Amino acid sequence: MSRLGVACFALAMWTPLAAYAQEDSPAIDVETGGKLKLTRGVSTVEGQGGGGLTPWALITGNETDRGVGGTAHVTGVELPDYSLLSYGAALGLFDRVELSYTRQEFDTRDVGAALGLGRGFTFGQDIWGAKLRVAGDAIYDQDTWLPQVAIGANWKKNDQGAVVSAVGGRDDEGWETYATATKILLDSSLLLNGTLRWTNANQTGLLGYGGNLNDDHELMGEFSAGWLLSPDIVVGAEYRMKPDNLAIAREDDWVDIYAAWAINHHLTLTGAYVDLGSIATFDDQRGVYLSLQAGF
Amino acid sequence: MRMALVCTLSAIIFVAPAFGQPMPPVPPGEETVDAYTISDANAGATPVDGQDLFAAFHGHEGISRIVDGLVEQVQKDSRLTEIFKASDFVRLRRTLKEQFCHILNGGCSYTGRDMKSVHADHGITTAEFNALVEVLQAAMTREGIVFSAQNRLLAKLAPMKRDAVTR
Ligand code: HEM
Repeated sequence: MSRLGVACFALAMWTPLAAYAQEDSPAIDVETGGKLKLTRGVSTVEGQGGGGLTPWALITGNETDRGVGGTAHVTGVELPDYSLLSYGAALGLFDRVELSYTRQEFDTRDVGAALGLGRGFTFGQDIWGAKLRVAGDAIYDQDTWLPQVAIGANWKKNDQGAVVSAVGGRDDEGWETYATATKILLDSSLLLNGTLRWTNANQTGLLGYGGNLNDDHELMGEFSAGWLLSPDIVVGAEYRMKPDNLAIAREDDWVDIYAAWAINHHLTLTGAYVDLGSIATFDDQRGVYLSLQAGF
Repeated sequence: MRMALVCTLSAIIFVAPAFGQPMPPVPPGEETVDAYTISDANAGATPVDGQDLFAAFHGHEGISRIVDGLVEQVQKDSRLTEIFKASDFVRLRRTLKEQFCHILNGGCSYTGRDMKSVHADHGITTAEFNALVEVLQAAMTREGIVFSAQNRLLAKLAPMKRDAVTR
């Protein structure tokens, strides 16, 4: 499995780079900047360019097809019984390829004590991601219904293997792949996104990958919509289906409503109200999501 | 008389095959340009339906102020000055106003050149296209055009990137 993940990365990175090198080999002058505000997306809790909970087909960074860009983000989610911290960095290459790394820390606070793990027990996860834009243009192709399409893969490694297997998780590392399509309907100031993710991650991997109820990868749908209010502000909602692999705890789909504000071309602030449902037997995990993304 | 005949004949020969209108005389203050076929198809987009968007742009006066503001700013914006330094701004203002009016269904004919040939030699990049979009957004906002109406015009202009951007 780990070999497959590595192969996916290598393929996603190599193909466009090789094509670019052939086109422009003698004098490579690489630019930065050039995207319109908000069109790089924000950073998901897993580090991809997209919404807050689900990746979009847009590529992170301010670069156009002639340059490179990057983003870094810090995101906090405060829930009744847990706190999630996510931070990471991502690179955008020629508005074509996106490479990302994100660290997640999930603090169980008092729940840790109740479960016998100790107060403030924290699950940690590293997420390496690669995304390749394969077709279309979400912004300029306003005369067709065809969306911008990207495919991607994430490799995830959880720090708490022993606890993961104690709760019924099969693996402390895992991979997932996804295809995502984004369309901006400028005519009606709307952004629509749909993602299909092939995954077996429990709570995105914070409780491991695969479980005693089901170990196989399954296809999950994720949807987001945004309403463009100004060149700097988009508000919207997201829905993310999730697997349900662990016998001890039901896992729910995730929902949020969000607002993102591009303070300028470099900084974007996102606030959301999230409903993450039941997590490790503690129900109704609704709370506030705040994220700051800096980029060039 | 013979002269007039030659003129008419050559006009028919050069212009008629494309079913366009003959080249009008050069308007005052504008430079001459090489002959081309005049047609609304050169505008690069069909008009929107209905009259509401034209009204939302404050009609001819609104479009005129937006284009004047746009053409003034492209000469000041450091990302664009170089590209526009040799431009005929009198002609650019006139043709842009015609084009916006035509697309917004304000009943104007577009008499300028097509988007591909007029931009071909400028080596425009995506970043420069976006810079122009930002300058246009600012000009529309100064005119008080609501954002959703701005986007309906931009939706018509966005596909022209395929013709305008060559680098
Ligand atoms: C959708 C976007 C655009 C539209 C609708 C548009 C429209 C026009 C029109 C109507 C003309 C005059 C045609 C004529 O003289 O017959 C023109 C010329 C020109 N445009 Fe654009 N344009 C667009 C994008 C751009 C961009 C992105 C740039 C550069 C950043 C640019 C640079 C120029 C220049 C340099 C000229 C020539 C002016 C001259 O030679 O006098 N245009 N454009």
